[in-house]
Amino acid sequence: MNKKDVIVCRCEDVTLQDIHDLLEQGYTNFEELKRILRIGMGPCQGNTCGQLVQREISKYLKVKVEDVKTQKVRPLTTGVKINYIKEGAKDES
Amino acid sequence: MKANIVIIGAGISGCSIAYNLAVKGVKDVIVVEKSYLTSGSTGRCGAGIRQQWGTKMNCKLAKASIDFFETAQETLQYDGDIEFKQEGYLIIADNKEEDEQFTKNIELQKSLGIPARKITKEEAKKIVPHLNTDVILSATYCLTDGHLNPFKMTDAYYKAAKRLGVKFYFNEEVKDIIINNNKIDKVITSNMVIETEKVINAAGGYAKEIGEMVGVDIPVYAEKHEILVTEPIEKIQGPMVMSFAKNLYCQQVPHGSFIMGRSNPDALHNHDIESSWNFLDEMSKTVCEILPLIGNLRVIRQWAGSYTMSPDRQPIISDCDELIGFYLACGFSDHGFMFATMTGLILSEIILNEELTIDITDLHHNRFKHQKDFVLEKSVV
Repeated sequence: MNKKDVIVCRCEDVTLQDIHDLLEQGYTNFEELKRILRIGMGPCQGNTCGQLVQREISKYLKVKVEDVKTQKVRPLTTGVKINYIKEGAKDES
Repeated sequence: MKANIVIIGAGISGCSIAYNLAVKGVKDVIVVEKSYLTSGSTGRCGAGIRQQWGTKMNCKLAKASIDFFETAQETLQYDGDIEFKQEGYLIIADNKEEDEQFTKNIELQKSLGIPARKITKEEAKKIVPHLNTDVILSATYCLTDGHLNPFKMTDAYYKAAKRLGVKFYFNEEVKDIIINNNKIDKVITSNMVIETEKVINAAGGYAKEIGEMVGVDIPVYAEKHEILVTEPIEKIQGPMVMSFAKNLYCQQVPHGSFIMGRSNPDALHNHDIESSWNFLDEMSKTVCEILPLIGNLRVIRQWAGSYTMSPDRQPIISDCDELIGFYLACGFSDHGFMFATMTGLILSEIILNEELTIDITDLHHNRFKHQKDFVLEKSVV
């Protein structure tokens, strides 16, 4: 299958070809790929693409997959409306 | 390994300095970075660029940097998109004191050729229809301020510098700097020993620690600042909306998401960059008051980075009286990204003993030695 047709990140429409191009250019850290391609920056926050990218980096660098760092996990776990957060904050004292 | 110059830090400042030195023909420039490209403050910043400052020096550095950004894509022959967008900064005045200060700021900005102006509430409402003008007195607006992608801009400098022969070493932490007969001798990193006579400290949040390695006191400290991003939507907001009194900045980036942040007045002076729920609560309250419509958007991520604060909230860009060959580009106090062009250009001029594009005597490291009271830059969130 053509690498251009393989979508790795559904939130930001990043293809396998995009990832391989950047790996070839020397960007072999998840955070670098993320910052340039926006991969992992969408609503799912890397839940879909994280392990796929990890595997591609591992294959490219020829290191064990468990030795490749994935993206940093930050809050929130899922998207929450700002209004709800504001309302929730009122009840805290 | 030998190098003519070693630059510590591959954020926007380090990459801009490297590029400017290389373009002037300096050979054997090495950049060492303890992590990855833009891993420090640059890659965590709010992506805004503005010229509306309260001190002359900040205005001049910002204006000259923006002039460069306008053609940076072509000048640096970048194959990506730096996402430069000039749709302004709208800074709201919350009270009479701010309103008066802004009138003075505008006078200063105009005198330096910055096209900023004071506007009424009604004009502000036309520019940002969802702005709650009930809670503001007036505003200032400068159309040529705007947005720039921090990763892409740094990447553009990085790639251009690399093409000109600069060598970058990532995951190389500077462990020590060896001095011999009052001169720099070697830089020791995780895996390398680099013989050099010149070192540039562009280490951002860790600039103070680098200073300590050579016994030079740099009176700056790192302070956590938090920020969040929403889901992307169709374009509804042109300018960055900012308030110093209400403690907010909020812009819609070209990608469609909103990025917003505020300061924590009780932030400790350390390298902590973890996320906190307090920020999320306070940020939500603030943005809902000023831009109520934004309350309907979902937050998808919050993160944090360090501001490196100097005593007068202006950068330190200079050589060093105490140690020949040691240069400083630090203490940017939240605006290192948007000043980077001038940081790189002027520091390269200092190193090569050239005439300076902008006289930055006021930004010398030695200003902190004698002076204790400073005119503070108040225009900082």
